[in-house]
Amino acid sequence: MAKMLEVRDLHVSYGAIKAIKGISFDVEEGEIVTLIGANGAGKTTTLHAISALQKSDAGSITFCGKDITHMEAHKIIKLGLAQVPEGRRVFAGLTVQQNLEMGAYTRVDSAAEIQKDYDKVFEWLPRLKERRRQQAGTLSGGEQQMLAIGRALMSKPRMLLLDEPSMGLSPLLVKEIFRIIREVNKSGVTVLLVEQNAKMALDIANRAYVLETGLVKMEGNADDLANNIEVRKAYLGC
Amino acid sequence: MDFIKYLITGISLGSVYAIIALGYTMVYGIAKMLNFAHGDVIMVGGYMTFIFMNSLGMPAILAVLGAMVVCTVLGIVIERVAYKPLREASSLAVLITAIGVSYLLQNLALIIWGSTPKSFPSVVSIDPIVLPGGITISGETIVTVVVSALIMIGLTLFINKSKLGHAMQAVAEDKGAAQLMGINVNATISITFAIGSALAAVAGALLCSSYPLLQPTTGAMPGIRAFVAAVFGGIGSIPGAMLGGVLLGIIESLTKAYISTELSDAVVFAMLIVVLLVKPTGLLGKKISEKV
Repeated sequence: MAKMLEVRDLHVSYGAIKAIKGISFDVEEGEIVTLIGANGAGKTTTLHAISALQKSDAGSITFCGKDITHMEAHKIIKLGLAQVPEGRRVFAGLTVQQNLEMGAYTRVDSAAEIQKDYDKVFEWLPRLKERRRQQAGTLSGGEQQMLAIGRALMSKPRMLLLDEPSMGLSPLLVKEIFRIIREVNKSGVTVLLVEQNAKMALDIANRAYVLETGLVKMEGNADDLANNIEVRKAYLGC
Repeated sequence: MDFIKYLITGISLGSVYAIIALGYTMVYGIAKMLNFAHGDVIMVGGYMTFIFMNSLGMPAILAVLGAMVVCTVLGIVIERVAYKPLREASSLAVLITAIGVSYLLQNLALIIWGSTPKSFPSVVSIDPIVLPGGITISGETIVTVVVSALIMIGLTLFINKSKLGHAMQAVAEDKGAAQLMGINVNATISITFAIGSALAAVAGALLCSSYPLLQPTTGAMPGIRAFVAAVFGGIGSIPGAMLGGVLLGIIESLTKAYISTELSDAVVFAMLIVVLLVKPTGLLGKKISEKV
């Protein structure tokens, strides 16, 4: 399988604080890879660095063979790399439909092609269809998470970065969100998932990386890690 | 009957404030800064209209369009040169810079055009209308109200119906998330300054047609009143700027008519204080929730 995303020796800092101290990892086409770790391990910072919302100090990020380390943030989605940010960050003042339209902002293919993706998103996330004229700010947390995912999918991405999609949701909704992630992945979208809910993440992922204070502490097959005694103690609570 | 006359004057003056306030409020919404040089762009708009009409003999409409082009470019240049380098700086630094740009524009105007006020020829050539009851409405008033109404309708449609308008709302709400959608934030800020400055040029031409003394400080006071109008209506809110502008014009006109000309600014600011005490976000402003 071809490497879709390659991160090599990435360093990121906020002023004097070094958040990422040289991490490397890969995501291959078609995979679900998860980054797990505690608060402050550097998971979100890593995703921000990939999407260029945060500048990288050193190292390289390559997507589909193209070096995107120093690319401007707004150009990245056009390459087929979309992010569902932490805390959903839907545009509260816009309607559900308009939020989805923003997801397709950079697309230049025909309206019919874009309509196909609206249909697909509404099929995966039927609740969005019911609420498409409603302002995003009036949606529940779970619906906002679905909207954030739908919005990213409207860009027709090859790879989806998801940052804590289960945060603040009821166990039932978490299950639903993970089911959707799996379906999206089956449709051919590669997934990089950042999660604190390590159990759920390891459950759907092919491979996983464990981050600790800005470094990769462990990596491997998701099933193996789920059975690893250290991982079980630290992240699965058993 | 006099009351109706003052009310119409107030609406006309208020619509100009509303157009200026739109510039303040849009820039605040998108770039989260108070562009205190905005009032001086009005003055530049006035001078450019004056030059195009008087010195180059252009028809009024073309002169105003020409002034809009010059002010659009000026607005974009001001943003690029003065504000863009300060994108990551503290808001106090940006505020002081904006005040600096304001003085720079006034003093450049002083050097180029001198301190002697110029008598501005009206851009309006339609006849006054006499209403039953003997109230005369000047052509300037009619054109000001009509043009302002068209601008407000057009801008509202643009913001709420067009893709670019939605993108501007997205940037105003969350720059990071907007970038993730592929929206170019710097370009959006430039467009916002361009629109605000073009509107300021129109406001300059309309204002000088009704109050025909043009000098380097012409834009300063209307600029501050329009800023008050924007805060009054809820800074960042487009309908708020429109409502605030028109209300402010009416209050100013009625105060001048029935209380005292000298006190009109005092009354305007007192009203602002009362509104902010009762509703700190302004009349139509939304509460901004701080991110955790």
